[in-house]
Order: sequence, then C-alpha cells, then structure tokens
Amino acid sequence: MRPRRQTGDHGGVTTADHAAPEFPPRAPRLYRRTRHRILGGVAGGIADHIGVSARWVRIVFVLLALFGGVGVVLYGVFWIVLPPPPGQPERIRATWVQWVLGAILAIGAIGVVAHTLPLGSLFVPSVLAIFGAALIWRQASETQRARWWRLSRSSLSAESGQRIGLLRILVGISLVVLAAAAVVIGTDLSAAREAFVAVIVAVVGLALITGPWWIRLVSELGEERAERIRSQERAELAAHLHDSVLQTLALIQRNSDSPREVARLARGQERELRTLLYGTRTSSGQLADAVRAAAGEVEDDYAIQVEVVVVGDAVLDDKLAALVAASREALVNAAKHAGVSTISVYVEADDRGATAFVRDRGAGFDIDAVGEDRHGLRNSIIGRIERHGGKVDVRSTPGTGTEIEISMPR
Amino acid sequence: MIGQQPRVYLVDDHAMFRAGVRVELGTLVDLVGEAGTVADAVAGITRSQPDVVLLDVHMPDGGGLAVIAGVGETRARYLALSVSDAAEDVIAIIRAGARGYVTKTISAPELADAVRRVAADDVVFSPRLAGFVLDAFRDAPVVPSVDPELDQLTPRELEVLRLLARGYAYKEIANELFISIKTVETHASNVLRKLQLSNRHQLTRWAADRRML
Repeated sequence: MRPRRQTGDHGGVTTADHAAPEFPPRAPRLYRRTRHRILGGVAGGIADHIGVSARWVRIVFVLLALFGGVGVVLYGVFWIVLPPPPGQPERIRATWVQWVLGAILAIGAIGVVAHTLPLGSLFVPSVLAIFGAALIWRQASETQRARWWRLSRSSLSAESGQRIGLLRILVGISLVVLAAAAVVIGTDLSAAREAFVAVIVAVVGLALITGPWWIRLVSELGEERAERIRSQERAELAAHLHDSVLQTLALIQRNSDSPREVARLARGQERELRTLLYGTRTSSGQLADAVRAAAGEVEDDYAIQVEVVVVGDAVLDDKLAALVAASREALVNAAKHAGVSTISVYVEADDRGATAFVRDRGAGFDIDAVGEDRHGLRNSIIGRIERHGGKVDVRSTPGTGTEIEISMPR
Repeated sequence: MIGQQPRVYLVDDHAMFRAGVRVELGTLVDLVGEAGTVADAVAGITRSQPDVVLLDVHMPDGGGLAVIAGVGETRARYLALSVSDAAEDVIAIIRAGARGYVTKTISAPELADAVRRVAADDVVFSPRLAGFVLDAFRDAPVVPSVDPELDQLTPRELEVLRLLARGYAYKEIANELFISIKTVETHASNVLRKLQLSNRHQLTRWAADRRML
C-alpha cells in the first residue's frame, strides 16, 4: 500500500508551503492527478480532495460501473471537467493508448444507448450528424461563423433582406402541420377529435388565464431593459462630464491670461458637450459628421469659430471625402489669411450630389493675382476637386470677403 | 422707432447670464425687467408690455413654450435665446410664436442688433435656423395638402434661405439677388409664417423623429 499522500504534496495548491504563517492552509481544490494514476487520475484526484486512499475511490467507481454503467459515465464526466493542478501540465501518455480507450468507451456507450432506449436506432445517425456539424463549425472561419450566428437569430422581426428567418418559420409551421396531419390520419379519428378539442380548449383557457401575466412579464422586461440602458447612459454622461469638463476648466484657469487660449478651450469643450447632449438624438450619416469633425479641427488649431450648417446627408465615398478635404483646406485658408474670428461653412447634400460653401467676411484676395507657385488654392482645392469630377467656384473681393463653392456630383 | 431704444424683457433661469446681459445690453436697449421662472415671467411680461422678450428656451416648469402659452395675446415679440441649437428646440419655439432664435454665444452688439430687428417686426434668421427650415421643407410634398401655399417654399424663398444658411446678411442677399432689403425681409417673414403655420406632415413628424432617434 502506498503511503498516504499529504494534502500539501499537491504542487501549487495550498499556500501554506510558501506563504507566511498567518495564511491558514485551504483545502485543495478538486483536481485530477497527473502522477500516480491509472487512467485519467480522476479517482486519485477525488481521493486527494477527500483525504482517503485512492484504492477505495477506484473500488467505488468499479462498483458503480457494474450497476447500470453509471460509474463509467461519471468517470467520463469527471475526466472532462476536472483540470490538472496548475503548474503540473499533463504528460501525454502514449497516444495510441488514449485513442484505444476512447474508442472503446464511445462504442460501448453508443451500443448501450442504441439497444436500451426507444428510438435507439435513430441514435447513431443523429450522433453522426451532430459530430459532422461540430466538425463543420470547427472548420469554418470567423466570418462564416458570425454570419451563421446572425442568420440563426433572424426571425419575423428581422430586416426584409433576411429571408432565412421567414423560411425557418415556414418550415417550422409546415412541420407542425405535418405532425398534426400524421396524428389525425394515423389514428382513429373520432377518439382523436375529442382529445384534440379538449387540448385546444385547455390551451385557450390557460392562455386566457395566464395571458395578462405573460404580457405583463414581457412589458416589465422591456421596461427594465430601457431603464437599465437609461441609467447606463446617465452614468456615461456623468463620467464624461467629470473627466472632460473638469480638465478643460483646469486648463482655462491655467491659461487665464491669454484670452485667445481661453476662447479656444471653451469653444472646443462647448462643441464636445453639445454633441454629447444634443447630437445623439439626430441620426446623422457620415458626410455631416465628417464636415463637423473637420470644422472642429480647424477651430482647435487656429482658435476661431466655425459655423457649420448641414442640410441633408450622405454616405461618404471617395468623391465626397474629397469634398470634405477640400472644404477643410478652404477653412484653413480662411483661418490663416482672412483675419477674421468666424468662418461659416454650409453643406447641402442629396442623391444628386453635394455642395459646400465656405465663406468669410475677411480680407479677401485677388484671384487673378494668385501665382502659379501658390499651391494652396490651385492644387489642394481646385485640382483635387476637378480630379474627382467636381467644380470649384471662388469669389473674392478684397476687403469684403471670400466665398468658395465646391460642388461634387455623385 | 428710429432713435428709440426698444423695451426689452429678459427671461432666463441663469442668474449669472441675466447679470451679463444686463451689463452688456444695458446701454444699447431699454431693459424694463427680468425674470427667472415661468410664473414670474408671465406676470412680468403682462405687466410691463415690452416690445421684445428675450426668452430662454430651457427652463424648469415648461421653459420658453410655457411662457408664450401663459402670456397669450400680447404685443410683445419673442426672441428665443438658448445654449442648444438642437433642431427640435428651435422649431418648437418658432412654431409657438418666436420671431427669431439666437444662441447664447452671440456677441453683445449682434444681440442688440437682433433685438432691434425683432422690435421692428423683422425676423432673425440665424444660418442654423435657415438650415433647419431647408431640411424640413426639402422633399416636395407627395400628397396634396389642404393649404399647398403653406406647405411649400417658393423658389425665391428657397434662394433667400440658402443664402441665409451660407451666412449672408440681409444686405448681402439683397446685393446678390438684385432685390431690395425690404423684399428680403418680406421673404424671410413669409418663410417664418410658413414654418409656424404649416401642417406639413413632414414638419411635425420631422421634429418628433429628431426627438425619438
């Protein structure tokens, strides 16, 4: 008989070995043994956890296996579920032994089930089908899996493009009808009819009795979810306020002797808060967001105010992205040369195209006098837009102001 | 009206903001009173009968809309003032009767100018407001409505609105379109009237959609 294992011999389980004496030794978690084991170390692991010799546990397992095969199933479950102790990775025994044992177990289990259970003949094909589906799932790539997962959740309420949901419901309904028909045809009609009617009446009665409860349950769940979402939003808002606004206020105090800095910081924070508080209510597509983001950047970089008005919206493609970039260039030009504190940009978009107007009431310039070597207007704005098939119209009067109109068809 | 300072009543629940306006506008307009709550505002406006009411949109107990509803018939004209320039706030207060909308970041001279324009029965159309109106009237009505005149903008009005949205002042619009400033003002007033009275399904649902989304 082997000497009894001390609980402390399990590597890494208790902290009593290494820690200071004030930590009391805990009972070891249930692990499989990796050394001194016959099959999977399950019996040994359980024995170590309880504190008895492994032989007794093995005897119990064999007895359970003899009586109805429970022992085999139990052993298998433990084998799968229990991990080896941390720090003791399993030595892989000879693989052929494992495979042989596994195959014996599997065939034994299938045989037992197929013979003892009713409809056991269906067991083997269904097991094979499940196995095949599991293989396919494992082989599938991430995107394929995501697609299947999405399809499986579609139903009547899904978007019209998802016909799979409708198909699934149709198949389900036809199966139910088939089953009902099989029942009706296959049995004695008169007796079945009475039973059928009784069942229907019972179901209707139950629905009437419990219906309001179901409805209330569903609506309460919906309300609870909405309340949870609301409180989440509130928490996010509060956190953002604390963080961002406090920082800006601190910065403003630090820069309080530079009015330009103060105005710039305040304007940036105002813009951010405004988007946070009022922006999420409107559904904006990408063009409006891109224009606002570009205007915000120019505001921050040059400490000016940019008034943004956007009518309509569109999804950004190459052409519209070029429009936004050119508008940004125009804004930067105005910020650098016009000598004003406000610039306005107006963008309107519909399915025919988009047009942007960047306007300032500043110094203006003489268009014809812009030399060939001044790259700003020529290349970044006019060149870029004309390359994508749009048009640029520059109107400027020295002393009155400048307006640059950029139009891009789609 | 020329040379006479407009009589202005200030309604805002932020005491500091009222103090600031008092200091900045004090010399430019005739500030006859101020209030910080809806009830005080209704009483004060009814009592003093100003030319222009500078009305904050967001206040407790119903905000600017409650003040307009509470005062009812009055010769005073409302100029809405707010921190937000969210579409639903702007459209709602215009449809309740305000003659213009400005944000609180406006400078004092511009605010005084806006007050004077409203006192002269004019309309203050900020570029943002013009953008909202363009958005609301954008699609042509598919279903003929009871009053097609109210539910559509004429091409001229659309031109004026677009120029307003681009940041043009009335004088500049007059130069651009070769019309007189008075004509521009008339167009702006007509647009405002349509905004207030139009039963366009688009308009009422549009504001509601913005709230719901």
